Amino acid sequence: MKNVKRVDIIFGAYTQEKYKVFEQTLSKSSDQIISEVIESGLRGRGGAGFPTGLKWKYTAAEADPVKYVVCNADEGEPGTFKDREILTKVPRKVFSGMAICGKATGAKKGFLYLRGEYLYMLENLNKELDVFHEVAKKNNFDFTIEIVMGSGAYICGEESALFESIEGKRGEPRNKPPYPTVSGVFSKPTVINNVETFVNTLMIMRIGAKEFQKLGTTDSRGSKLFSVSGDTPIAGIYELELGMSLEDFVEEFGDGDTKAVQVGGASGFCVPRKKFKDTIIGFEGVPTGGSMMLFNSSRSMYNVLKNYVEFFEEESCGQCTPCRVGCQQLKKGIEAVKKGDKSAAYLNTLQKLADTMKVASKCGLGQSVANSFYSIVDNFKEEMIY
Amino acid sequence: MANTVNLKIDGIDVSVEAGKTVLDAAKELNIHIPTLCYHEDLCVAGNCRVCVVEQEGARNLVASCAMPAQEGMVINTNTLKVRNARKHIVELLLSEHNADCTKCYKNKNCELQDLASDLVQTEQLYIDLVEEKEYTKDQQSPSIIKDDSRCIRCQRCVRTCNELQHVSALGVAYKGDHMKISTFFENPMYDVVCTNCGQCINRCPTGALIEKNYIDQVWDAIHDPEKHVIVQTAPATRIALGEDLGMEPGEIVTGKMAASLRKLGFDSVLDTDFTADLTIMEEGTELLTRLKKALVDGDTSVKVPMFTSCSPGWIKFIEHQYPEYLDNLSTCKSPQQMFGALAKTYYAQKKNLDPSKIVSVSIMPCTAKKFEAARPEMRDSGYQDVDLGITTRELAVMIKQAGMDFETLPDEGFDSLMGESTGAAVIFGATGGVMEAALRTAYELVTGREVPFENLDITPVRGMEGVREASIKLEGLLPDWSFLEGVELKTAVAHGLTNAHQIMEAIKKGEASYHFVEVMGCPGGCIGGGGQPIPTTPEIRKKRAEAIYREDSGMKIRKSHENPEIQQIYKEFLGEPLGHKSHELLHTHYTKRKRH
Amino acid sequence: MPEIKELVKGLAEKHGRNRESLLPILQGIIAEERFISDAAMTEVARELDMSAALVYGTATFYSFLDTKPRGKYVIRICRTITCDMKGKKQIIKNIEDLLKIKVGETTKDNKFTLLETNCLGWCHKGPAMLINSTPYDSLDEAKVNEIIMEYIRK
Repeated sequence: MKNVKRVDIIFGAYTQEKYKVFEQTLSKSSDQIISEVIESGLRGRGGAGFPTGLKWKYTAAEADPVKYVVCNADEGEPGTFKDREILTKVPRKVFSGMAICGKATGAKKGFLYLRGEYLYMLENLNKELDVFHEVAKKNNFDFTIEIVMGSGAYICGEESALFESIEGKRGEPRNKPPYPTVSGVFSKPTVINNVETFVNTLMIMRIGAKEFQKLGTTDSRGSKLFSVSGDTPIAGIYELELGMSLEDFVEEFGDGDTKAVQVGGASGFCVPRKKFKDTIIGFEGVPTGGSMMLFNSSRSMYNVLKNYVEFFEEESCGQCTPCRVGCQQLKKGIEAVKKGDKSAAYLNTLQKLADTMKVASKCGLGQSVANSFYSIVDNFKEEMIY
Repeated sequence: MANTVNLKIDGIDVSVEAGKTVLDAAKELNIHIPTLCYHEDLCVAGNCRVCVVEQEGARNLVASCAMPAQEGMVINTNTLKVRNARKHIVELLLSEHNADCTKCYKNKNCELQDLASDLVQTEQLYIDLVEEKEYTKDQQSPSIIKDDSRCIRCQRCVRTCNELQHVSALGVAYKGDHMKISTFFENPMYDVVCTNCGQCINRCPTGALIEKNYIDQVWDAIHDPEKHVIVQTAPATRIALGEDLGMEPGEIVTGKMAASLRKLGFDSVLDTDFTADLTIMEEGTELLTRLKKALVDGDTSVKVPMFTSCSPGWIKFIEHQYPEYLDNLSTCKSPQQMFGALAKTYYAQKKNLDPSKIVSVSIMPCTAKKFEAARPEMRDSGYQDVDLGITTRELAVMIKQAGMDFETLPDEGFDSLMGESTGAAVIFGATGGVMEAALRTAYELVTGREVPFENLDITPVRGMEGVREASIKLEGLLPDWSFLEGVELKTAVAHGLTNAHQIMEAIKKGEASYHFVEVMGCPGGCIGGGGQPIPTTPEIRKKRAEAIYREDSGMKIRKSHENPEIQQIYKEFLGEPLGHKSHELLHTHYTKRKRH
Repeated sequence: MPEIKELVKGLAEKHGRNRESLLPILQGIIAEERFISDAAMTEVARELDMSAALVYGTATFYSFLDTKPRGKYVIRICRTITCDMKGKKQIIKNIEDLLKIKVGETTKDNKFTLLETNCLGWCHKGPAMLINSTPYDSLDEAKVNEIIMEYIRK
């Protein structure tokens, strides 16, 4: 039995006309749309996995007449490039998903926050956006989308930092609560979803919640785009059903010598060969926003970790202590151990520090640095020392 | 009781008003949660993370300062996870911090030091990051030193500068490991829109922002046998100095302060309150003159409303942000500068001293006074009018250096000349005080009667509301002033530069019209000045203000124009208010400065 | 600096003068000038009537809003591990040799600046780089030499 199940829905050409699903969905009520998204079991594709339908429901329930839909296209997680592909190939599906969310929640305005690295695609996106606005107008549907550009800051992928950035400020995460559904961009109720999530909602409108549910597992419904890179002969983007084991994944994508897979990018987990079999890719196991980086036995996991830690040290917004100073200490610490300036026992001190960063940082960035740190140091201790 | 929420902290039930935080709720129970970036005067940042606590059911710890108390919440403040996190966080801060505490001006008055002593009881856990950081120390401002090596990036200063003062000379720049507190383009503080108010200093938990101190220069002057060193003390110093010397906020230490200054070796211990009274004479007359020119003569070159000019932070603020209103500022110098100009002229003549041998020192609740003293236009005596301006805090340091037991000092009085003052002068130290003092004198000048308020207490201009308005109808005027008959004199008072900004915008938009506006740069007025003892909170400022008004009620003379030394100086030296000599020595002009 | 004044004014007309106009305006300056000078930031502060320190603080937060002088072509090499594994170091060395500058530097003629950057989103086709806003992927020595030579000739 082949356990890696390829699917072709997101990019799949289907026979219907462009924007047909969107137009058909406009005849549904807000409640119908939300119920269907809830029923589908769709969870956010950015990595955190919050149930999408609930976000929409909470926002719809807010009394404020002004609400927003925000599409998070600040795809900055190392090893992730699926959103770029979606926005290049099927931007209309993203706009449609956003507009359906507008229909469901009562929002009249959407923002698509595009990372600065993708500025080159702005022109094409705007062209497609003109088409979308035409379609919306033709259907007397009051919803407009504006593309807002980022300028090189990974932290802006954090939802509240992204709001700050749209508002023209430094992309510093806010205290939560309040959550976006209550107070998001411009302090208004806001749905913020990942690019792929919006495409998924359109897919649910097309095939129905029941069909969507048939894909994946109980905890991880549907298909997911995977960005596969590193030591693999077939690097690229693949749409796969969720819930496969990492062993199956490696069999499909590895180069025969895979010693570790970093699941979920720099903020995700490193899984060593001996744990491939027991690791399920999905919300019941190791969740991922799609980044799958494969490393074969020629790679130094010390270099991998150092690369990640340097990344976080630079991309931390710097406002909270555990993340700002913690990242610097983790980097300095592993360097000192490697050089022999600190004993191997210092790695334990650093792991405890990573624990504190996980529980005490203000936002998901600082909280998730511990994931890769802990899993790499734990599984490849020798490589850290010698 | 719909607006209360019930929660449990460390096993104890507590009810708090909805909207309060977990930190507030813990305070109700006298449970101490350490904080750093939190400050009562400022919006919540939640970025130092020292105040984390454990919430049952939550995956991660929560910052108690930022977490709203919610119904049914179960909070634990003392768990292994919490203690470890706090300890690590303080260790992390220390690793980025130049911790040579004994060489720090804030030694023993540092919140990081306190936390380190409470929470960190081991040898250094992490690698010292200080050495390889390129920290800068900006010492170019005459008022403020910014030492990045001591900064813990809590952003209290940024929030102060932005929220309380609407100045935003300080901001946060860069991100990640390079994140820092910075002025525009990292220019020196003296070269940006900083007003030198020093409110950032009052709220800096460490020694990253401190006043530039002139303690050694003052000692040098005192010990120079050639020099005659005189000292003036601002109204707000006498109700706050004790706080730095082991006493409680709100204690009046006028007498002990005078005694300590004499013991320090000053040749003459004089009082800025004297020139505060003089300011009232000059500024009151200026106001009435302006009103006559504007209202009766129709002279459009005369600007109304007239703004007070005692607060150098406010002056620099308006020079930067509202230069089109410079003609609305009273031309009166501040009491410090009037004193300085008279010290080397009037005082020198009367005492038969060579003004070049006089060193004029001021004790101020203020850091902007240092900049003011150094202004090039403040040399009307032919010398720098005020040589050295030091803060209340610096005086406290000198008293400690001299080994005095301040609390047991006897109460002594000021010397003469220029030592006599009134209750009207002392209230200059609190927001609304200049207005009240001016009204006490101006009203009586034009009507021949005392202001129609019980005990001369003009309560509508008192208090801590950010902007306060009061009007007083001028009726039954003396013949000389009959042109003002029936005029409703409209006044307003603002303290803290955000409130000043608010009042200026209202005036600019034509939404408000006043005759006379008092603005003090610091929250609470000079009692909350940037040179006052640290900490500052709304509660402490309230106590200081109460002390100021107590001092006023206890004074024999409560109106500036009744000060005998004031009457004497006009008779013997100045002639009349706004006279030739006054213009020469007591009035000034202002400079338009860059807005950005 | 009349040109900067005009540029900033034009951008403010286009994007508005609210706080949320700040990033588009700063991005507009980058598109024209490649970096945001102190004079430009002062102009932005004036146009938007906001604190210059806040403009500076916002600009320095974003890696692409350079506040230090940059060349006409800003080359940013992806430094993420996957590009590194595919030979990023050699690509940098080639460019350094061609342009006679090190990472972080600008050529004397102000034509090129060489920088490293975080993940560009081309991990499956590494090594990758941006020149201004144009991405180049699947770089090898021959390809990068050709690309750089083309820019040199421009």
